[in-house]
Amino acid sequence: MKKIGLNLLSALGIFAALLLIWIGIIWAFGIPPYLLPSPMRVVAAGVHRFGSLMTSLGISTAAAVGGLAGAVIVGVAISLSFAQSAWVRRMFYPYTVLLQTVPIVAITPLIIMWLGAGLYSVMLITFLICLPPIIANTTQGLISVDRNLVDLFLMHGASRGQILMKLRLPHAMPSMFAGIRIAGGIAVIGALTGELFAGSARVGVGGIGYAIQYASAQTETDYLFALVLAASALGFAFFFLVMFVEWYFLHDWHESARSSELE
Amino acid sequence: MTTEGVKTIKTVTVPAIELRQATKRYGAGATVLDGIDFKVERGEFVSIIGPSGCGKSTLLKMVAGLSPCSDGVIAVDGMTPVNARQITSFIFQDATLLPWRTVRENVGLGLELDGVARDRREQKVRSVLELVGLGEVADRFPRQLSGGMKMRVSIARALATRPQVLLLDEPFAALDEMTRDRINEELLKLREEQGWTALFVTHSVAEAVFLSTRVIVLAAHPGRLAHDMAIDLPFPRTGETRMSDAFEEKVAEVSRALRSVSVAGARA
Repeated sequence: MKKIGLNLLSALGIFAALLLIWIGIIWAFGIPPYLLPSPMRVVAAGVHRFGSLMTSLGISTAAAVGGLAGAVIVGVAISLSFAQSAWVRRMFYPYTVLLQTVPIVAITPLIIMWLGAGLYSVMLITFLICLPPIIANTTQGLISVDRNLVDLFLMHGASRGQILMKLRLPHAMPSMFAGIRIAGGIAVIGALTGELFAGSARVGVGGIGYAIQYASAQTETDYLFALVLAASALGFAFFFLVMFVEWYFLHDWHESARSSELE
Repeated sequence: MTTEGVKTIKTVTVPAIELRQATKRYGAGATVLDGIDFKVERGEFVSIIGPSGCGKSTLLKMVAGLSPCSDGVIAVDGMTPVNARQITSFIFQDATLLPWRTVRENVGLGLELDGVARDRREQKVRSVLELVGLGEVADRFPRQLSGGMKMRVSIARALATRPQVLLLDEPFAALDEMTRDRINEELLKLREEQGWTALFVTHSVAEAVFLSTRVIVLAAHPGRLAHDMAIDLPFPRTGETRMSDAFEEKVAEVSRALRSVSVAGARA
């Protein structure tokens, strides 16, 4: 607890210093607010347009959560089928690599054509970005089980299902969470990127990515900054949420979770 | 009562483990084990020792029914190895515990997979934990245990299903010598109480002599039976046994046998 307090204090100190440098630069170079607004202006814009800021934040959160949750469910399901048969794995694994190498941004226009602009397209983009790390890590965890442990289960006449549920799946938990952690980090980025392209079905109301574009077109730089801060906060929230879930499931037995920052 | 009668007859007639011309080849290629013949009677403690590449671990896996014979027959208590799994337990080189399970849950794994009801399982687990002196750490996770403790958990897991035949594959190789000696003594005490038959693979001559009623020496390339030596040191064996002249003589005798096999192998 003492260590966490100390870390928090130093983080706050650095934050304050950064604010001072920010104000100092504006004052020293006489930068106009439409290029670089002061922190006070940013806060004022955030307060003034709190309602629309929260609406954008809500839409982006929905897209990121939906995309990530879908990727976790589908990714783990695909990994389970890969773990059940080397044959299935050899056939389909190359396609998950392909998924990772195709720049999703490049197929965004296609997705918009299919699903229309707005939340569903953004969610699908997030989903596609989050999927590969989850499949790769979970599959690795499921198939890297100690041969002796499999033999031990076989000696007791365990079925494939029992080996999967009582051995492979728990064994794969740390790698699965490693994959989800990576996916969680890029889920928010994926949602925002998606919104930059797939925008919104309603003019003027959309997720943070859409609102950033809108604010930039209107040179509302102070509000744009407020949106960027909100997006960063969302990224942080995701990171800590995934960390907490990981810690909750693994802290009893796994070293990686024990040594994490939450301990 | 009829089953009791059958059991008595079996005790007299069927050896715990019997290998007749057991052979293992991988594909069309190398012969790993070539025509192995031996019997292990009930209550015996037989060690298998030999140079690396003699197929001693493969032999154990075959007796466990984890790897089929290419030729010949293996019988465990008169059954095929696969059918005999109910009465057989295997102890691996490493403790091979499930790190996400507590000691108690690890020890109960075999019973759980065998479909033993929870109440009975817990009762059996408790008694075997007492037996190996792990009652205190029942709710700890493997990462909180020393290497020796982990191995004791592994032994407890194997004994929880009340096996008649115990197969051990270099189980104490990773332990320091003091821990290893102590666990060896504990293992003999457990055998005395429970009366199982053991087939034990090791590369330590002293360990083989200390534990066994018989030591089988295998030669390599291909793996074949070279020596079958009785160890007639009296039981119970303790730390004192290791310091006796008779023990040292036996160790020297087995070492010589092992050396002759290794030298012959190196020349071939």
